Amino acid sequence: MNIHEYQTKELLRGYGVPVPDGRVAHNVDNAATIAEELGGERWVVKAQIHAGGRGKGGGVKVASSIDEVKQFTNDMIGMHLVTPQTDKQGRLVQRVLVEQACDIKKEFYLGLVIDRATQRITMIASASGGMNIEEVAKTDPDRVIHEAIDPAVGLPGFQCRKIAAKIGLQGKQIGEAAKMMQALYRCFRDKDALLAEINPLAELDGGKLMALDAKMSFDSNAMYRRPNITELRDFDEEDSKEVEATGHGLNYIALDGNVGCIVNGAGLAMATMDAISFHNGKPANFLDVGGGASPEKVGNAFRIVLQDPNVKTILVNIFAGINRCDWIAEGLVQAMRDQDIKIPIVVRLAGTNVEKGAPILEASGFPFIMADNLDDAATKVMQTLEASS
Amino acid sequence: MSVFVHKTSRVIIQGFTGQHATFHAEESMQNGTTVVGGVTPGKGGQTHLGLPVFDTVSQAVEETGADVSGIFVPPPFAADAIMEALEAGIGVVVVIADGIPVQDMVRVKRYAADRNAIIIGPNTPGIITPDACKVGIMPSHIYTPGRIGVVSRSGTLNYEAVQQMSEMGMGQTTSVGIGGDPVNGTDFVTVLRAFEQDPETEAVIMIGEIGGPQEVDAAKWAKENMSKPVVGFVAGVSAPPGRRMGHAGAIISGESDTANAKMDMMEELGVHVVRNPADIGKTAQRVFS
Repeated sequence: MNIHEYQTKELLRGYGVPVPDGRVAHNVDNAATIAEELGGERWVVKAQIHAGGRGKGGGVKVASSIDEVKQFTNDMIGMHLVTPQTDKQGRLVQRVLVEQACDIKKEFYLGLVIDRATQRITMIASASGGMNIEEVAKTDPDRVIHEAIDPAVGLPGFQCRKIAAKIGLQGKQIGEAAKMMQALYRCFRDKDALLAEINPLAELDGGKLMALDAKMSFDSNAMYRRPNITELRDFDEEDSKEVEATGHGLNYIALDGNVGCIVNGAGLAMATMDAISFHNGKPANFLDVGGGASPEKVGNAFRIVLQDPNVKTILVNIFAGINRCDWIAEGLVQAMRDQDIKIPIVVRLAGTNVEKGAPILEASGFPFIMADNLDDAATKVMQTLEASS
Repeated sequence: MSVFVHKTSRVIIQGFTGQHATFHAEESMQNGTTVVGGVTPGKGGQTHLGLPVFDTVSQAVEETGADVSGIFVPPPFAADAIMEALEAGIGVVVVIADGIPVQDMVRVKRYAADRNAIIIGPNTPGIITPDACKVGIMPSHIYTPGRIGVVSRSGTLNYEAVQQMSEMGMGQTTSVGIGGDPVNGTDFVTVLRAFEQDPETEAVIMIGEIGGPQEVDAAKWAKENMSKPVVGFVAGVSAPPGRRMGHAGAIISGESDTANAKMDMMEELGVHVVRNPADIGKTAQRVFS
């Protein structure tokens, strides 16, 4: 689960991480008032969407007057901001962050991730801030410092000082950076984060360190115990079909092909998409109905997949372990009765109660195309596409 | 033989009296598994499925001599249950729960570091040595005793591979689901090592997914340490970068994380890579015959 930059900064400020003075604005007057209250001569207006690279799309501007603050806010709110991380339509900007501008001397990178190689929370730091850290890691790996954190001990000061020295901080900055790192770690641990990034971590004129931009994402499996984070969720930033699917206990991700997929289990769902691609088809979605799929769940899966107008054919691939093929079959028949489905449906059933599932589909009289195995299913999907084109 | 769980294994179930635990304990007992009891805090002293229920794992171990535990408790309580099993001296801990907070698993891994135990999962269908011992939720009837070791991150894709093997007349020594989470107990290398040491296992099928370095690390290890052939597949060729594909671990975060990149590396390291998931059985037969 992601949150906005302004929310991340408020959270980090509470932990003692220095961030620029600023507040979120929902309209032009709001933005002007905030800028006046902040004082100073220059302000930064930043569009708040859950995607990076905002500057490239005109979503980050420096204003030298209150009039400019108003103008930039007016330009941004209501616009569909397109960045390298959004799709072609971009994201609707509904609010901006107005901050005091700072004079930057140098930019660093500081982040925390859960590193699969060490299976620990790991701090990543670099003297090459402000850029894509993955790019730096690839082209110049020596400039990226990794420091794994022992969960039983936490992040001790010496580890922070070691990181600070390695990225070239000096004098008072080393202690300052260590405090910031420990605050970031405490926040990461307390709030069940998966990622925390300060990029850039700026050295200002005069040497003070400041988190100029910050991003955090959180573990949705742990949000049951983090109500203060859960309430920061912004549904406008998420695909409505995906939100609806989650509400039904389904895991759905929209893609850009034309073969709708309804599968149980994430691994088999990916493999099914791969089998379709292997036959030169293009999957329209990833959909995992999960374990314990009831007929209702199957019906909802169909509804969600069919909301995508590009879907020309559907492949249902169920390998029942904890599921039961007869329930799935009942759900399929019910979906055909309830919904006006005009496109071909290829069905492959295997596993628990498969001997009861297939007769239910046959007896229904609906034109299900039955497949014996994964290869047969992918082949038949391609045949239905050829027949309809 | 077999790996990790055997005919002689003595199994307890944590969260024993729950609905899923009951169903799968019964099913595994019917298929030859020696379940000796279970743990449900607060229900100690009761009998369930004709077996004793204990309040704590250490009581259960003391009374029954259990050496394997299947953990069926819900995700918020699973980390605690794993540590309880480790503390009680259980040697093989199988964690079914899907949705354990990642940072809980980071702490569990630290707790497990100096204890000599195998944690299988979380987010796994479990482990099965056909007709001898099953701890998990997989459909027993698709597995048959044989000579091939199977290890996978995904559950249903494990079933798919096993079914394809059955159609070719190949059975399994043991099938291990290591689970789909980014921080998990046992990795591919640990399972490959066990299969290499198991005299009955003649070859291994390894099924991975996008995300993380595990599959390539395993292939590197296999190149240097294994005499037995390995057939490999990585799911998610068609998955877009940056999107989490169901399993928390299945997300492409860098170029080396993609399915094709991993399969290319594995192939270079001598793994018999299957590009079409429908060809796992066929490839296995070609390689092993």
